[in-house]
Amino acid sequence: MSKVKVDQNAADFIYMDDIHQPTHDKNLWNARMKRDTAASGIPEWEQMRDLASQIKEHTLTHLDHYVQQFVTEATKRGVTVHFAKDDIEHNQTVYDILKSHHATKIVKSKSMLQEECDMGAFLEARGIELIETDLGERIQQLSGEMPSHIVMPAIHKTTADVAELFARTIGTDPNEDDPKQLTEAMRNNARPKFLEAHAGLTGANFAIAETGAFVVCTNEGNADLTASIPPLHIASIGIEKILPKTKDLGLFIRLLSRSALGTPATRYTSHFMGPRESGTEMHIVLTDNGRSRRLGMEDFWRSLKCIRCGACMNTCPVYRRSGGLAYGATYSGPIGIIIDPTFDESKFSELPFHSSLCGSCSEVCPVRINIAEQIGLWRQRMVNINESSKTLHYAFGAVEKVFANPKLFRLAEKAAYYGMKLTPNWLLYHKKLNAWGKHRELPEIKKETFRDWYIKNRLKK
Amino acid sequence: MSSLEELLAAIRQNLPAQKVDYPEIPTYEKQGANLKDKFIVNLGLSGGESYDVGSIDEAKEIMQQKLPDTRVTCSATSEWEGSKSIHDIAHPRELEDVDLGIIRAEFGVAEMGMIWLTENSLQVNSLGFLSQHLAILLDPDLITENMHTAYRKIDFQASTYGCFVMGPSATADIGAYLVRGAQGARSLTVFFLKQQI
Ligand code: SF4
Repeated sequence: MSKVKVDQNAADFIYMDDIHQPTHDKNLWNARMKRDTAASGIPEWEQMRDLASQIKEHTLTHLDHYVQQFVTEATKRGVTVHFAKDDIEHNQTVYDILKSHHATKIVKSKSMLQEECDMGAFLEARGIELIETDLGERIQQLSGEMPSHIVMPAIHKTTADVAELFARTIGTDPNEDDPKQLTEAMRNNARPKFLEAHAGLTGANFAIAETGAFVVCTNEGNADLTASIPPLHIASIGIEKILPKTKDLGLFIRLLSRSALGTPATRYTSHFMGPRESGTEMHIVLTDNGRSRRLGMEDFWRSLKCIRCGACMNTCPVYRRSGGLAYGATYSGPIGIIIDPTFDESKFSELPFHSSLCGSCSEVCPVRINIAEQIGLWRQRMVNINESSKTLHYAFGAVEKVFANPKLFRLAEKAAYYGMKLTPNWLLYHKKLNAWGKHRELPEIKKETFRDWYIKNRLKK
Repeated sequence: MSSLEELLAAIRQNLPAQKVDYPEIPTYEKQGANLKDKFIVNLGLSGGESYDVGSIDEAKEIMQQKLPDTRVTCSATSEWEGSKSIHDIAHPRELEDVDLGIIRAEFGVAEMGMIWLTENSLQVNSLGFLSQHLAILLDPDLITENMHTAYRKIDFQASTYGCFVMGPSATADIGAYLVRGAQGARSLTVFFLKQQI
């Protein structure tokens, strides 16, 4: 696989025009501010983050037990559970189920796992007509692009982009650029597809070992339409989605959407506990695809706690500037940086350098993943295995030593500042070497880290 | 294709050596909270509306005023008779023409302004999502404080499907503008009314 040139991709987005990047930045920062307001309304917020983190770590350190329990319980409820060790097995399994039901038209709601497996292309190549029903995902499907954000897949596009796309693909009036009318057009376009579909595919946000149930969160209601009309429901679930007990959901549902978009919850929190009525079937494809291997990586296994809220992306100054497509991967932003290299160290070797190490991601993560620390450790690893380009070695070599000891993270956060400062100016400003230097002053890394700032400004309120 | 045993073996080979205990989870209940008031405020945040009514007829009249163009109504509760009978539905797609779906919620959650529906209250699950608009009946005494208390109420063995619904369907996927009525209901109106037996 060829290396993702993240700096070049970022530059392409930043210098496209004067509209896309500032709008992107503004929209994501808004989400981040809404998250802060939502979190500050809940006195127990920080304690909830501790508990959610602990539940995830408990589950992951006993994952064999909980996987087994989940499978037993789901099977008791009449669900057929399949197992896939990688993307190829996942896609083949989904295809085999569809084929045995003569299902050629399918609707699907958003599933990052199915994205990760590139399932859409696999099924389409075998004659399956597949419609993304989440509006953002549909926009990305029609543009032939990957989602640029895990919660807001088309957030890098402006309303004018969508107006042009819909005019070209679903025949809306090219002058129609009102988001309400465009949403309405897609609602009307998607409806018949739900009614005709032979099967509905979903992912899952959570899977409960105690009951064999799985939970899907959406704002549009598209997962429920996907699951409530066709006679066949297939859910792709990564093994890290499992939680021990139903009551755990109380915490996770309270945290998820507040972290993601600053809303109390998603509009629909849907629980599936078995096939709908007689004559219908429910299948789960429980998928590993590198997760068990990641569990064995001492420095990185905690990334499996991720609940895919996107808060780390919304807050990240580098992500907000570069856009999600720059990362060239299913997962972008800070969470992408720490999990993408587990799929392919060479292809994603430059991702860990696409960060200012300001630490803001770790501060907002609802399950307290040490994201910034892991980014530092990945940098070090890339330098060690010689997978990062020479310029990046030079620029970030100074930070490396501080990151050698993860316990010194608070110090290390500050080291980002010194690392930048110790780097020769010519290197940072050289436009071929660093696309960020173009047209603008250096992204300033404040001596005061985000955490310092937060403690000083927020906690005293 | 892989087997469960192969999957478990891969996990066991990689399990972190240091185990983490399962924590106690509080329910974070607050003394003296007015649950109905909280419910109304939070429902409003997501664009839902609510009314105190004394009878089904009163609720019908309010809906008539709000949505004068409603033609097809379909009700999953015997308290409210719709124009289309849910008992005659042979396939979930047949609810496609429903303008107003009527459902009695099993309970509400004050913290979120959410209502809980299962296949028992929906009769046909697609009623909750194909209907253009929803009218929800809710007993005001059946409002629980937060998500922790809500999950204690649910019996997952008693149903195959359950959904917390928080206001009308929404999206902000185009230019980050909030639009209500993305794929599911365009509006959601809650009527506080005890079930008459
Ligand atoms: S790493 Fe944390 S903040 Fe980022 S998406 Fe995952 S859960 Fe959310």
